[in-house]
Amino acid sequence: MEKGEDKAHPYPNLTVELAGLKLQNPVMPASGTFGFGEEYSRYVDLNALGALVTKSITLEPRLGNLPPRVVETPAGLLNSIGLQNPGLEVFIREKMPFLRRFKPPVIVNIAGSTVEEYAELARRLEKVPGVAALEVNISCPNVKEGGMAFGSDPQQAARVIKAVRQATSLPVIAKLTPNVTDIVAVAQAVEEAGADAVSLINTLTGMAVDWEKRRPVLGNIVGGLSGPAIKPVALYAVWRVARAVRVPVIGMGGIMSARDALEFLLVGARAVAVGTANLVSPRSMLEIIHGLKEYLREHNIDDINEIIGGLEVPFPL
Amino acid sequence: MSLWIGEVVANFLVAPDIYRMRLRVDIEEPGPGQFVHLRCGLRYDPLLRRPLSIHDFDMDKGEIELLYRVVGKGTAWLAARVPGDKVSGLGPLGRGFILPSGKTLALVAGGIGFAPLFFLARKALALGNRVIFYLGVRSREHLLRQKDLAEFGVQLEIATEDGSAGFPGLVTDLLAAHLRNLRFDGIFACGPKNMLAAVAGLAATYSIPAQVSLEEHMACGLGACRGCAVPVYREDGNVTYENVCSEGPVFPAHRVVWKPSWR
Ligand SMILES: Cc1cc2nc3c(=O)[nH]c(=O)nc-3n(C[C@H](O)[C@H](O)[C@H](O)COP(=O)(O)OP(=O)(O)OC[C@H]3O[C@@H](n4cnc5c(N)ncnc54)[C@H](O)[C@@H]3O)c2cc1C
Ligand SMILES: Cc1cc2nc3c(=O)[nH]c(=O)nc-3n(C[C@H](O)[C@H](O)[C@H](O)COP(=O)(O)O)c2cc1C
Repeated sequence: MEKGEDKAHPYPNLTVELAGLKLQNPVMPASGTFGFGEEYSRYVDLNALGALVTKSITLEPRLGNLPPRVVETPAGLLNSIGLQNPGLEVFIREKMPFLRRFKPPVIVNIAGSTVEEYAELARRLEKVPGVAALEVNISCPNVKEGGMAFGSDPQQAARVIKAVRQATSLPVIAKLTPNVTDIVAVAQAVEEAGADAVSLINTLTGMAVDWEKRRPVLGNIVGGLSGPAIKPVALYAVWRVARAVRVPVIGMGGIMSARDALEFLLVGARAVAVGTANLVSPRSMLEIIHGLKEYLREHNIDDINEIIGGLEVPFPL
Repeated sequence: MSLWIGEVVANFLVAPDIYRMRLRVDIEEPGPGQFVHLRCGLRYDPLLRRPLSIHDFDMDKGEIELLYRVVGKGTAWLAARVPGDKVSGLGPLGRGFILPSGKTLALVAGGIGFAPLFFLARKALALGNRVIFYLGVRSREHLLRQKDLAEFGVQLEIATEDGSAGFPGLVTDLLAAHLRNLRFDGIFACGPKNMLAAVAGLAATYSIPAQVSLEEHMACGLGACRGCAVPVYREDGNVTYENVCSEGPVFPAHRVVWKPSWR
């Protein structure tokens, strides 16, 4: 054991509290980039993560969109998966038994095409053993109904979150879209409606064109942009939202390294989610957790919570 | 664990824009049709890994071979590697070809689709199969490893689009002509999608089981993100999506939805 380290009080402390959950560290997968954990379990010790976050679950199974569904752009990834998932029942029967074997809290991401569907999902997940919290995806750009349509209007977003809030006693995390004029207004609306935390950002709507074929590259024509290319947009959104709401923020968007994660913590994120980086290297999250620990040790910081919101602005706006 | 750092042993041009790379890696024994997922550099552009089929495997040396065409930034980065360079890889990934033994097989390659079929031919012969290898390329300078194949005991049938060698025209036309007299127990194909669709059509006409290796844009390579999903028929005839990376890249030809009707 290293100096200053003991099981009850690990040094440095990476534990953060979020929406009533105690996370052993602030790093979790971003929904949709980690499947249901199984696919990665050969490469990643799932017990080392701060939380486990599932792909979005819908009431009924969804086939997803036409291929191609992914295309690389400079330092980014456009995807139009279209929420392909096996549906709630299969998820509960076939995916939860695996996930609940692990120590980190399981956050189930849900998506609906009506307010009632969101509420129904929340009701039915409430009693499922091992579900620690719900992340409500009101920000998917790749489906026609629901998704981003709810998340781009503060009132609609609040309606969904309120319905989910009333349907469950589990912690509720609202996942927000950056494809809005004012993300702060949406964040405040969902806080008011009872969200225990907000997570941001989901992908930025975009498209790729094959100029030779004169066709869109993606089968769905448009998709959501993620990866390093969106990090500045994400940092800005997290910075603004973290100062405008009292509930904790889970920050994401282009986090590839511990440095990137630190930047999000500095602008006020209580925890971070790693998405595209998992697709590039399955061990990314482990490297990020390790890097955070190293950083704290090197700078003699006992507790990661000291970093959170620690951005120093020399010339206040 | 199949995340590794390989060391480039050799990397050389073998035909216009086509390179052959030998990588020393510590991996479990791959099957023909499986692939590796390579990180092309340490930067964020190119960002995603690139899937390349295993072209050959040498258990004793602990080396895999790759055969790739330079088409963009990832493959250009690979082409610039020199012996001693390191490459991060995942694999072997995916489900490869399923080989019978003691049968007569047609292998059909179009262009760079040759890459996995070379390994397949070697394995097929080792299992006591008779192999007729149909190889279609644009022009004779794209013909590769004919001597190696001949040494293995493969019967090679060549088609060139410009008529510079062998049958002038498409490899599927050559196969179609042969199918009128020859009987195959199985067809194994890799190449452009329209070629594979034509092969699937011929296989159906002659009631020969066929396996095809599909390509699709891919992200994680592990079956998690659903980025490389393609439409396939389920047993009940309904369409579903399966991942090229984890449920493929090799699919029974009759399961593939060649032209989605909703498109
Ligand atoms: C299972 C599988 C096995 C393959 N085996 C081989 C092989 O043995 N030899 C070989 O030369 N090529 C092979 N390919 C195709 C090869 O992956 C692409 O040519 C390569 O990814 C192009 O990368 P790039 O950066 O040079 O091109 P770019 O055009 O810059 O790539 C941009 C993006 O599109 C993707 N992409 C482009 N073309 C293809 C394609 N045809 N299939 C899938 N993704 C593509 C890239 O991966 C990348 O994400 C295989 C593809 C798959 C799916
Ligand atoms: C392939 C892919 C699939 C995704 N699927 C979902 C999803 O099902 N639900 C969701 O809320 N977000 C989904 N996202 C968005 C991510 O969770 C994350 O918000 C976004 O990608 C930004 O983070 P990143 O840049 O680290 O990837 C997906 C992203 C990608 C790249």
